[in-house]
Amino acid sequence: MISITRKAEFSASHFCSSPFLTEEQNRAVYGKAANPNGHGHNYVVEVTVEGEVDPVTGMVMDLKELKGVLERLVVEPFDHRFLNREVPPFDRITPTPENIAREIWRRLAPELNQGRHRLARVRLYETPELYVDHSERGPVE
Amino acid sequence: MTFLTRRYSFSASHRLHSAELSGEENARIFGKCNNPFGHGHNYSLEVTVGGEIDPRTGLVAPPAALDASVQGAVLSRVDHRDLNADVPEFASLVPTTENLAIQISRWLRDEWMRRAAANGASQALAAARLVRIRLEETGSNSVEMQFHELQNKD
Repeated sequence: MISITRKAEFSASHFCSSPFLTEEQNRAVYGKAANPNGHGHNYVVEVTVEGEVDPVTGMVMDLKELKGVLERLVVEPFDHRFLNREVPPFDRITPTPENIAREIWRRLAPELNQGRHRLARVRLYETPELYVDHSERGPVE
Repeated sequence: MTFLTRRYSFSASHRLHSAELSGEENARIFGKCNNPFGHGHNYSLEVTVGGEIDPRTGLVAPPAALDASVQGAVLSRVDHRDLNADVPEFASLVPTTENLAIQISRWLRDEWMRRAAANGASQALAAARLVRIRLEETGSNSVEMQFHELQNKD
């Protein structure tokens, strides 16, 4: 089994506020990130796909194809957007890095779990000092 | 399963010297790090916690509570200190990156046990499992420590 990782970047604004919490609790949990006017990050997402190397092409997956999938399903809808206002489901779900990583997993998994390869991990950097790893990988067949 | 990793930095000095080795052996094994006057590093510490995303907050762990824990349990003990002279655990233990990583893991584990017994935000943080730390002494030298390994040897 070999894994390949491709990186993509998008810049977006967001704020963190949970409808289950009071304004005071939101301030306590999310701190400055609760400012309802929002703030922005240069997000970096690293997507890892794993599988067996194709004996003919020598590839786990065509990297151009992976680049295209990331561009279409992540960068195009997220880049230069206000996540809470413009990118569902973040109108209903707080765009914490955890939830953004999980949403990226859900968008990518159907396209990347095909043929000899499958999605192994989504790593999302909100800043160089903070990243989230998300995986919902089931048992390998 | 979702893992959250946060990076911290601290600056400290140390000297690598073992009382159980001769002067010559110390010089040979530790090289420049055996310089009797010590030397310093800007350390970088990554702390990874794991768990399920809380459906109310969308978080595995509240970042502010994680920061406060790492500050209290680790950074306040080592930042701008001499590890050999100021940190009791290294009075007779060589402060290599390996030993420092193990000690930082112990401090964090003890902090987590305290938080599990507390209430409110403290307990919410303790619901996330300590998974791993990665300690960089320099940009080209790092040590990783898994918390499940700590339990075996401690």
